[in-house]
Order: sequence, then C-alpha cells, then structure tokens
Amino acid sequence: MSLTDPQVRHIARLARIELPDADIERTRSHLNSMLGLIEQLQAIDTTGVEPMAHATDLVLRLREDRVTEGDRRAAYQAVAPAVEDGLYLVPKVIE
Amino acid sequence: MSDRMSPPETVKSLSAKLAAGEASAVELAQDYLARIRAANPALNAFVEINEDATLADARAADALRAEGRAGPLTGVPIAHKDIFCQTGWHARCGSKMLESFAAPYDAGLIERSRAAGLVTLGRTNMDEFAMGSTNESSHYGAVRNPWNSAHVPGGSSGGSAAAIAAGLAPAASGTDTGGSIRQPAAFCGISGIKPTYGIVSRWGMIAYASSLDQGGPMARTAEDCALLLNAFAGFDERDATSLQRPAEDYTRALAQPLAGLRIGVPKEFFGDGMSADVRAAVDAALATFRTLGAVTVDVSLPRAGYAVPAYYVIAPAEASSNLSRFDGVRYGYRAPDYGNLDDMYGKSRAQGFGPEVKRRILIGTYVLSHGYYDAYYLQAQRVRRLIADDYRAAFAQCDVIMGPTTPSTAYALGQNDEDPLAMYLGDIYTTSINLAGLPGMSIPAGFGANGLPVGLQIVGNYFDEARMLGVAHQFQQATDWHLRTPE
Repeated sequence: MSLTDPQVRHIARLARIELPDADIERTRSHLNSMLGLIEQLQAIDTTGVEPMAHATDLVLRLREDRVTEGDRRAAYQAVAPAVEDGLYLVPKVIE
Repeated sequence: MSDRMSPPETVKSLSAKLAAGEASAVELAQDYLARIRAANPALNAFVEINEDATLADARAADALRAEGRAGPLTGVPIAHKDIFCQTGWHARCGSKMLESFAAPYDAGLIERSRAAGLVTLGRTNMDEFAMGSTNESSHYGAVRNPWNSAHVPGGSSGGSAAAIAAGLAPAASGTDTGGSIRQPAAFCGISGIKPTYGIVSRWGMIAYASSLDQGGPMARTAEDCALLLNAFAGFDERDATSLQRPAEDYTRALAQPLAGLRIGVPKEFFGDGMSADVRAAVDAALATFRTLGAVTVDVSLPRAGYAVPAYYVIAPAEASSNLSRFDGVRYGYRAPDYGNLDDMYGKSRAQGFGPEVKRRILIGTYVLSHGYYDAYYLQAQRVRRLIADDYRAAFAQCDVIMGPTTPSTAYALGQNDEDPLAMYLGDIYTTSINLAGLPGMSIPAGFGANGLPVGLQIVGNYFDEARMLGVAHQFQQATDWHLRTPE
C-alpha cells in the first residue's frame, strides 16, 4: 500500500510535527519507500508466534516504595526554555 | 608520542605507562588535546572540547595515583559519545533540538567511567538521535573518515570511531541500536563491542529505540574493549532493563587458545549484496581462524533477511514514542514564534528535528496508529521472535558466529542523500543481533579495493562477551590489521 497526501498530513499531525505543503510530496515519497521495505514482513507466516516486545523476556522488577531523589527542581528547570516561579511556561490552554 | 613508526597507543599501553610513572594523566590529556586541536577542524569527530574539564579529570586521576588508589584505567583518556548525559558538558545528541542542553546529571555509563578514573577528552559527533549509518544526519556536520576524507566514518557512533582511528583518543563510548558501534568500527578499522542487551546501563543515555539500544566500548583492540567493558558493565537499578548478574572479568578468556572453537558461518551473511573485496577479507579472516585451530561450521539464519524491515518498524515505533518528550516545554528547543500550545509543539519539533529523525518519527507514528498496529508493529515483533529463534538454533551448533559487519566498505560522503533506503539496507548484517538482544562485535580484518577498512563481525551467545573478546584477541595476536593507522 502507499500513503496519500491527506494521510501524510494526518500522520504529521499525530506526531505534532508541522509539515509545510511544500514538503508533503518529498515526505510522502520517502515514507512510501520505507513502507515498501517493511511490506516484506507480510510475506512471513507468523501464525501462533508470540510477539517479542523486548530484547530479553524481562520481568519488571519491583522496588521499594520510597523517595530516592532529593529536590533538584532548580537544576532541572535551568535547562527549560521558559520558567517562572518554579513553573514551566506554555501558551494559555484554558480560555 | 606521535611517532608514526611505533605501534599506536592502546588503553593497555597507556595504562602501563601511567602505572610505571612514565607519563602522568595530565601529560597524556595534554598530548591528546593537542592532537585534537590540530586534527579535529578537518575531521569533525568531536563536537565539544573543554580543556579545563579534561585537565581537572586528569589532575584528579594523578592525585588518586599519588594516594595509591589508582585502578587499571585511572588517568586513561576517553571520548564520550554525545548521547550520554554528563555534568559539565553538553549532551546535544547530534540535534539542533538539544543545542543548548547540558544535562544536570551523569548517565550510568558516565558514572562508571568517572569511577574508573577515565579522563574525558571531549564529546564525539554522531547521527542525530543516533538515527543514521553515515554520521551525515548530525546537525553539527558530517564526520570525515580518517582513511579517506571523501568517505563517511559510518554511524551513528561515527565521531567515536573516527577519533580512535585518527589517534585523537585511545578509547570511546558508543551506542548500538542497529549496528551503531559495529558499523563505524568496521568503516574506520577499529574494534567495538555491543554487549548483550541489559549489561550496560541505559540510564542517562538519550533513548532512540529502548528495546534495542545498548551502550558499549570502542577502542583499537579487543583487549582494550575488554578492559573498558569491565568498567562500563554492571547493574543499575534506575534502568528497568538492567540485568542483575554477578560481576564478570571480561579479560578472563583473552589468553584462551582457539583449538576446537566452533565458528558458525551463516550462508545468509554471504549473499549477493556483499561486495567482492569484503568477501575476500572475511574469507581470509576465517582461514586465519582455522589455522589457529578453530573449525568452521555451516549454519543458517533463514529469517535474518527480514531483520532490516522488522528493525524499520520496531525502531521507528519506539522512537516516535521516546522522542515525544521533545515538546519545547521542559528542555530542548522551542520555536521563537508560535500561536497556541499545539502550534508551539508542531513548530518546535519541525524546526528542532532534522529530516531523518522526522522520517522515523512519522513512519513510527504510522505503524502504531489505529488500524495498522497489528499488521505492522505486532507482525514485526513476531518476526523478531523468529529471528531470535534462528540464532538460538544456530548456537546449538557453534560457539560464535562470524561474517562481515557490513556488505561494503565506507560509503562516499553524500552517496545516500536521495536514497535513505540504500543506507538502511547497509545494516543488513547488524540489525538482527539487536533484535535478538545478542552481543556482537566488529574487529578490523583487512582492507577493501579502495584502501578502506573491512570489519569482521563476531556474534556471541547471550552473556558470552568474555569468549568473544578472547576469540577476537587471539585473532589480533596473529594479525596486525588493528595496528594499522591512516597516513
């Protein structure tokens, strides 16, 4: 199968990556060539095969429910684009 | 120290010099910094140099030695891939998105590097977010292959590999999601090992595809890789996939003779896509192993040919999820002009990510989207299990598997600009090892028709790194490919 321009726009929207109209065709062509590659997987019979989600069949560890990190807010916020009074600033979301 | 006629320095030789008092850590650091200053403008292997930080590390290492508290690596210089968070340094990960990012904490691998007394020489260039096999996707410019500046060093750990090959660092860290330690090691004529998944902490290692990503050492020799893996490996409770295992000495099998070693040779790794010069070098390496007492056994990995397509579903899917954290809010780039919050996300990500990263996020978003998840993502995960099963069956017949690391020697710069798929298919021999979670390494095995290095790939069974490193070391005792240096 191959992607259409509206599908490419929809995927870009889902991924929150602004895609100017001028870039649609080139993006569609690259994505379609990637799809052509991964379509090969459809040829394999995987009936009854359990999907392998990880490199090893891991069992997630449990840990003790305790605080392990001190207050490093200032250090973490020092690398943020916009902060004020310990808060991250974003455009207004509730009118 | 820069005498071209003497063999190149190794971690081992520098460690011995330091122990014998023939050089101090500060002297070594100054010597390497001088080489970097001279050669890096043309090579672009390092993206950050901070001489004060390097010399502070070196002075601390010398102080430890003066107190009698030096370990085997104390004072040895190392370069770190720009993907590991490290206080005092930027962690830009090859991206404009992280241009101003300096991590407020150390990655697990960096903590271990510091604890071993290794001295950081600088941060090495890489493909953006480790997505690429040429280093050309770096926002900070392509790296040149030290053997021929018209060629790429490979990727994504291309800066690390080029720095070692050019003598600008004796050792470096790398990460490998689909071949990113082994392929640049092959292209630059050095040694590198991607350990079994879960051996080296991923904590503080900027994530690309979490079920595949694994850090590891790169150096000139297998013996150096063993020494460095001793420092890097170990449990880290902050990484949910870190494995809790007893500590190992990865140098323990270096002296083991190869008599009786069964080398599996998969016919699928010697197919039509492989260039004649790579085949000749790999065949010659296998012949050397036979003269050393090993036997070669034909094995088959019938589904290995599906590793690249499976990889290009699974890795982008995980990347699309991992890279959603870059939203211009908590760290990283924010577009200068935007309207509402959604517009801020869209513009920040459009401007902060380069084309290869965007492609992978988009395809990953697609394969995870409603209606396609089963057909693509789950199918790829099922194929992943079949590939791992193939390796399991092969290892019933052999101790290690060998073949080429790459189908050709290093690409020319710009060769794959308009055809990303050609670059993806170059990872045909490396991706299956990440999907299976197995350890893999690449060591120098000669030169191709154009004078560029050829890598031999050695794949081991789970947790068999010590044996692989021993096998590689024995080969390096009988050959001198790993000691060759570019003009």
